Amino acid sequence: MSFVSRGFKGRRREGGDSSRVPPGQYLTDDFPVLSAGPTPHTPLDQWTFTLRGAVDEPRSWTWEEFRALPSETVTVDIHCVTKWSKLDTTWTGVPVATLLDGVETSADYVLAFSDGGYTTNLPLEDVADGRAWVAFEYGAEPLDPEHGGPARLLVPHLYFWKSAKWVRGLELREDDKQGFWEMYGYHNYGDPWREQRYSGD
Amino acid sequence: MKSIVLEVPDWVGHRAGQHVDVRLTAEDGYQAQRSYSIASAPEDADLVLTVERLEDGEVSTYLVDELRVGDELELRGPIGGYFVWEEAQGGPLLLVAGGSGIVPLRAILRHRAAAKSSVPARLVYSSRSLEDVIYRNELAGLEAEVTLTLTRVWPDDWSGRRGRVDTALLQEVAWTPAERPLTYVCGPTGFVEAVAESLVSLGHEPARIKTERFGPTGR
Repeated sequence: MSFVSRGFKGRRREGGDSSRVPPGQYLTDDFPVLSAGPTPHTPLDQWTFTLRGAVDEPRSWTWEEFRALPSETVTVDIHCVTKWSKLDTTWTGVPVATLLDGVETSADYVLAFSDGGYTTNLPLEDVADGRAWVAFEYGAEPLDPEHGGPARLLVPHLYFWKSAKWVRGLELREDDKQGFWEMYGYHNYGDPWREQRYSGD
Repeated sequence: MKSIVLEVPDWVGHRAGQHVDVRLTAEDGYQAQRSYSIASAPEDADLVLTVERLEDGEVSTYLVDELRVGDELELRGPIGGYFVWEEAQGGPLLLVAGGSGIVPLRAILRHRAAAKSSVPARLVYSSRSLEDVIYRNELAGLEAEVTLTLTRVWPDDWSGRRGRVDTALLQEVAWTPAERPLTYVCGPTGFVEAVAESLVSLGHEPARIKTERFGPTGR
């Protein structure tokens, strides 16, 4: 018999949500902010998104060019490593696959980089196959700076620290390089369904 | 708020500012997990968690209302390598706490004292009322310059500061940007956001400001 906390009853949520809640998570209707450091504020006329690294030539878009790309609106569930999950969040963004369209590369990994110095690493296939966006709207409103605006990476199938706020580009890499939280002891991949929170999980 | 003293067999030690994950399991196997900052210094004999009871908290209500001496808890940790301070990092230190955000900052100050560090430290601690202030006497004895401000209610004879931690207060009591403090801000997310913005607007380097945010945003 595994460990039981004496006297703990818990608060189970009614309804069929539980299959959408990964292990160890609780549902919130709120939208917590857990950034490391102050919120950066880059003016849009200085903002660019860049693909660099293991590519023939770097590619860069200004804000106008980025916003002229085809975008889509998606509704996804998001899961933070700090245990909260939020269902049915709606975002509008440019699929990363669109940004990578026509890019020839031998890279297997990307390192996303952001204003303020934040980075996070992912396998290229996790962002290239239709499961990742560079999102500029949340709930049909421009993305708030506190939540990563003007644009953040959105990768809902992984813990939300991989959805880098204030993203400014992707560095394509042949070798994997750990990003900010990964270097501080968080899991290299971060699958919420396998509860990969910390390194070694 | 309640402080819980834990005996942890095989505890590996921790660094000031880190937290642990606490997991509760009901008889039918239902589980809930939450993170709590470690209130004790690495040098302290006991591991201490100080938990704020949230009215609608699933885990905090159990820890504050139900947990008894002799009970067991499942813990994971220590966790976190970012929001930590070790004496060797130097300073000067600027610690800014909103409400229960004082917990990891108290661990930092206790570590600083235990290490007999000469790093100067200033603490700005914002609380809704005097009743909500914790560790008050202890903080006064930790050789840091402490600025306490009450935001909602204060005693009639209160001669201390009132109102939020704003740019004006920080300009008055914090280190100057030229002194390049190592800054740790902890508390509810709205508090941390406002304080971090204020510090940056005063000219402090964003890269030297570390933040730890608790709780909801309300939007």
